Amino acid sequence: MSVLIFIDTTDGHVKKSSLEVLTYGAKVAEQLGTVAEGVVLGSVTEDLAALGKYGVKKIHQVADDSLNHLDAQLYAKVIAQVAESTGAKVIIFSNNVDGKAIAPRLSVRLKAGLVSGAVALPDTSNARPDDPVGRGFVVKKNVFSGKAFANISVSTDIKIIALSPNAYKTVAGDGTAEVVAFNATVDAAKVKVTNTTKASGEVVLTEAEIVVSAGRGLKGPENWGMVEELAKVLHAATACSRPVADAHWRPHNEHVGQTGFAIAPNLYIAIGISGAIQHLAGVNRSKVIVVINKDAEAPFFKAADYGIVGDAFEIIPKMTEAIRKLKGVA
Amino acid sequence: MKILVCISKTPDTTAKIAFTDNNTKFDVNGVQWIINPYDEWYALVRAIELKEADAAATIHLITVGAADAEPIIRKALALGGDEAIRVNADSHDSFYIASQIAEIAKQGGYDLVLTGKETIDYNGSSIGGMVAELLDQPYVSLATKFELAGTKATITREIEGGEEVNEVELPVVVSAQKGMAEARIPNMRGIMAARTKPLKVVEPIAADALTTVAGFGLPPAKAGVKLVAADNVEELVRLLHEEAKAI
Ligand SMILES: Cc1cc2nc3c(=O)[nH]c(=O)nc-3n(C[C@H](O)[C@H](O)[C@H](O)COP(=O)(O)OP(=O)(O)OC[C@H]3O[C@@H](n4cnc5c(N)ncnc54)[C@H](O)[C@@H]3O)c2cc1C
Repeated sequence: MSVLIFIDTTDGHVKKSSLEVLTYGAKVAEQLGTVAEGVVLGSVTEDLAALGKYGVKKIHQVADDSLNHLDAQLYAKVIAQVAESTGAKVIIFSNNVDGKAIAPRLSVRLKAGLVSGAVALPDTSNARPDDPVGRGFVVKKNVFSGKAFANISVSTDIKIIALSPNAYKTVAGDGTAEVVAFNATVDAAKVKVTNTTKASGEVVLTEAEIVVSAGRGLKGPENWGMVEELAKVLHAATACSRPVADAHWRPHNEHVGQTGFAIAPNLYIAIGISGAIQHLAGVNRSKVIVVINKDAEAPFFKAADYGIVGDAFEIIPKMTEAIRKLKGVA
Repeated sequence: MKILVCISKTPDTTAKIAFTDNNTKFDVNGVQWIINPYDEWYALVRAIELKEADAAATIHLITVGAADAEPIIRKALALGGDEAIRVNADSHDSFYIASQIAEIAKQGGYDLVLTGKETIDYNGSSIGGMVAELLDQPYVSLATKFELAGTKATITREIEGGEEVNEVELPVVVSAQKGMAEARIPNMRGIMAARTKPLKVVEPIAADALTTVAGFGLPPAKAGVKLVAADNVEELVRLLHEEAKAI
């Protein structure tokens, strides 16, 4: 028995969300009295052994070049082979773009119940000592777009958990992992990747610790310079409300809310956003929420931890300035 | 070209979220139901656009749900689509639902199965991937664009901080999100036509449920906002640094 963690990579680099699942998976293994192992597909430029500091003991690598890009069908087949050979009883993914594609396929392949969007460690307190993962395996996940949670009981022999990004804190300790080549049967990929575009140097919205978001209160796209500047001093990602994206003031991939991205940063700063229920649905899992709005009656203040009632155009530059001072940058 | 679009019924985005039966059931009292926005705005509308570009294309809609899902599927038919299938089962387990959809998909021999990226109630984002695996077909998830040339699909999918373009031969299963299409409003003609479009009800096949909901809960309420004066922005920054330890 083991806990198997999928280590997701991009361009040969281990994603931040992978460090979260490694930390989480090691904790699950400890809880079940077993070991945590990892699986990584394709070629990786980073030192995999160093990932041992997150608690993983062994990493199985299938370094086949046809796995350098995601084809969920192929990935699920290969991960299933690793899972079978290691006797994995719990398999862990990040509920990120790749996890959402692979985990459901693997769930079918292994007939393993899947909990996607998990936000906490599984509750195994009702499990029997002789059968630690057999029954009473309950995982908490978000439902109703962050407005509620559900405890999902998984009844299958093998369980799959897809952990929400930013829901579990990465903890690094000591240790190195043993990296072993895994010999898998790899079919030809059916999905061909012809192009990849990535905004370089920007903080990725779904992974960001801090997000600066602005709404219609900013009046027009020409006023986003100050929002970007604030984001820059905070090393934050930028986001926006739906009407802002719909009006093409900002790109679609900044739209947060019920019908855009759901995010859970440590700090969410909402400027000139009214706080409609559909907007809150995408940001309500943020740990600290700051609202800046000129209308004291804006519904967002009810969901906020800190707030300023005032004009965004005056407050944003002052805030940028104050943060610069705090960080000691000119 | 045969397209199958998966349609799910979800509570309206403003619905009050509460639970009954000792927090084991969603309280449907007073809830308005809508088509899951991702299914409607992106999956269904893109399918309609594909049919507009290819008159020979057919669109079937499928929902797995009880009879109370029928108003939703009629609403979807008012937007477009040739006929609908309702699998008469009420389940919240993704594997069970996906098994039903895959069965219909196998029988119908579809070139393209479209789903929304997730439902706004269970937020599973799992049905598309499961259906694809059950059909042994490729799956492209979180798609923002779908173009077709003959039997080759060019699909753009979201990746962290960017996009990736995928090429794949039909048949394929795709989950759709923002970017795929612009939301539409059904017109009078569509609403009239929807009344007479075929809506087939079929009984479910035997399938397992791999998960069950043990209970629901609501997140703890916020303690209340701490307001800082507009002329004291430095104080806000101090609080975020020293008290919230967020910066
Ligand atoms: C099915 C459905 C799904 C939806 N999904 C989403 C979603 O995913 N995401 C989303 O965001 N919305 C979504 N919406 C839309 C949502 O209901 C709101 O309309 C939207 O969030 C409002 O955007 P906003 O706050 O930017 O604009 P507004 O509601 O117009 O608010 C602007 C705010 O700016 C403030 N303001 C104006 N000037 C200033 C100033 N100088 N300084 C400071 N503050 C100022 C105003 O007081 C006001 O509170 C959805 C709606 C529906 C029906």
